[in-house]
Amino acid sequence: MNQKSDNNTSKQGVQAATSRRRFLKESAGVAGGTCLLSLGVGLYTRQASALPSTALRPPGALPESDFLAACVRCGLCVRDCPYDTLKLAELGDSVATGTPYFEARKIPCEMCEDIPCVVACPTGALDRELIDIEEARMGLAVLIDQETCLNYLGLRCDVCYRVCPVIDKAITLERMHNPRSDRHALFLPTVHSDHCTGCGKCEQACVLPGESAIKVLPIQLAQGSRADHYRRGWEERDAAGGSLIGDQIELPVRGMEGQDYGDTRLRPGPAPAPAPSDAPAAPGGLDSGWRP
Amino acid sequence: MSANTTTPPSVPGKVPEASVRGAEMRGTIARPGREAVEAKGWLRANKWLLMRRASQLGILALFLIGPMFGIWIVKGNLSSSLTLGVLPLTDPFLLAQSLSAGILPYKEALLGGGIVLAFYLILGGRLFCSWVCPVNMVTDAAAWLRRRLGLKGGKAPDARTRYWLLAFVMVIAFGTGSLAWEWVNPVSMFHRGLIFGFGLAWGIVGGVFLYDLLIASRGWCGHVCPMGAFYGLLGKTALLRVSADKRKACNDCMDCFAVCPEPQVIRPALKAVGQEHPVILDQDCTTCGRCVDVCGKDVFRITTRFDRSES
Repeated sequence: MNQKSDNNTSKQGVQAATSRRRFLKESAGVAGGTCLLSLGVGLYTRQASALPSTALRPPGALPESDFLAACVRCGLCVRDCPYDTLKLAELGDSVATGTPYFEARKIPCEMCEDIPCVVACPTGALDRELIDIEEARMGLAVLIDQETCLNYLGLRCDVCYRVCPVIDKAITLERMHNPRSDRHALFLPTVHSDHCTGCGKCEQACVLPGESAIKVLPIQLAQGSRADHYRRGWEERDAAGGSLIGDQIELPVRGMEGQDYGDTRLRPGPAPAPAPSDAPAAPGGLDSGWRP
Repeated sequence: MSANTTTPPSVPGKVPEASVRGAEMRGTIARPGREAVEAKGWLRANKWLLMRRASQLGILALFLIGPMFGIWIVKGNLSSSLTLGVLPLTDPFLLAQSLSAGILPYKEALLGGGIVLAFYLILGGRLFCSWVCPVNMVTDAAAWLRRRLGLKGGKAPDARTRYWLLAFVMVIAFGTGSLAWEWVNPVSMFHRGLIFGFGLAWGIVGGVFLYDLLIASRGWCGHVCPMGAFYGLLGKTALLRVSADKRKACNDCMDCFAVCPEPQVIRPALKAVGQEHPVILDQDCTTCGRCVDVCGKDVFRITTRFDRSES
């Protein structure tokens, strides 16, 4: 009897061991398979989470890495955007699937004072610390093409400057001498990062037919890192209430005697020698000799 | 054909053996529920299915009439929504990933997640799968077509795959510091696509359909989906359960096994294997009620987990 029950238990033991072994083997297979799958998903995620530089996040968005952990892709910000600026990325767009973004050239951010998209976000992917829309930093406008910008060509387009919601702070027109005509001014649109919200109105409004000459880029792409080891003399002077190195001697510049210090404009010299009659008219130089 | 040789000879006049093979021999696998339609009428034989479709489509409609007709009852999608401007609802599966990725969401999301969590924790986690999730219609369609076309074989992954995957979804959320699964999750992608626009997400939904149709019977919902696994874990104490309370009337027609998305859950209750009472307590049961519909003998009914009566 004892013998028999011993036999039974050992048999059961063997069976249990076999099924345990099988269970472990199968589990290892399943675990390995799912682990590989997850690894694939993880790697794909890393690759697919790069944000293209034309896609801008809504105001108040956390830094991109935190944003991708907090945004549940519900689209409530999209629904509460009164201007249809925001949209959710679809699979195939180069933005992380389901996350909100906008393209400044198509529909820029209108900078609502109550920032409804931030209020709508249930998770904090859009940070409610942002209560003043002028503090938003969705990107930074950059006048990226000086060769086609009409103002750089000497025209008075000024459209980007005029549409800027933070006019005269985020974009100013810096007056420069126009060396081509030598008697006109260039009004160069100049972006100031301490006021630009990255709303994209300037990029949308740029009158160029296709690509805009001014573009809103992600801040890390648009901005160089500040050289903190370099002291800016004029800032130091203002901070100290006077020059730290004393007054400087003003040395004359040869060929510019009689001009104010800092006035570097060239004076017309003798008229250029007449061009040979068969040569095409010489293009205007610094002073083409033209007179009204 | 070699299978025929191993089949024990069936005694004429006797109820055939309770097996998928027995049902195949009588040709009921392709069209389960024929007997129920004859016995109860078409409407009663599809009652729970119709209610379920009404629930799935109704919820989808609530989300869609906003963007389509400007009637804003519900905003957002199943990941997170706002009903009538006051009721926040958030998917706790996503919140779990967010927490795992190192983000503590705002209290709206936590409250919304808590409401959803409480609802499914009390009533039954996988009610989500059968009554709410839009992918259910896709995989049900695949299962229906698979039965009709008589497709067999393929390879379904181990049923525990989804639980492993659930664990790894949390691990990759932690590892990448992002909601990594959302890059590929067909469930949220399908629902979001219907409301906000698809892009190429049709491909992923189509992939799930073809996977279920050609490769693995009930493969996505029953074996792979980590979201279903998550809601399954919530359903351990589900209140709403299916009971085989008239199991004595069972004639082993196998129709319930043919339609059940998780056929392994039926046997313990119906055949008293490893349990005495007739209530299906398995967390994988989605309480879809399709077994109630297709049973010509009215063996099943939907009741609570505490109702262990048998008649």
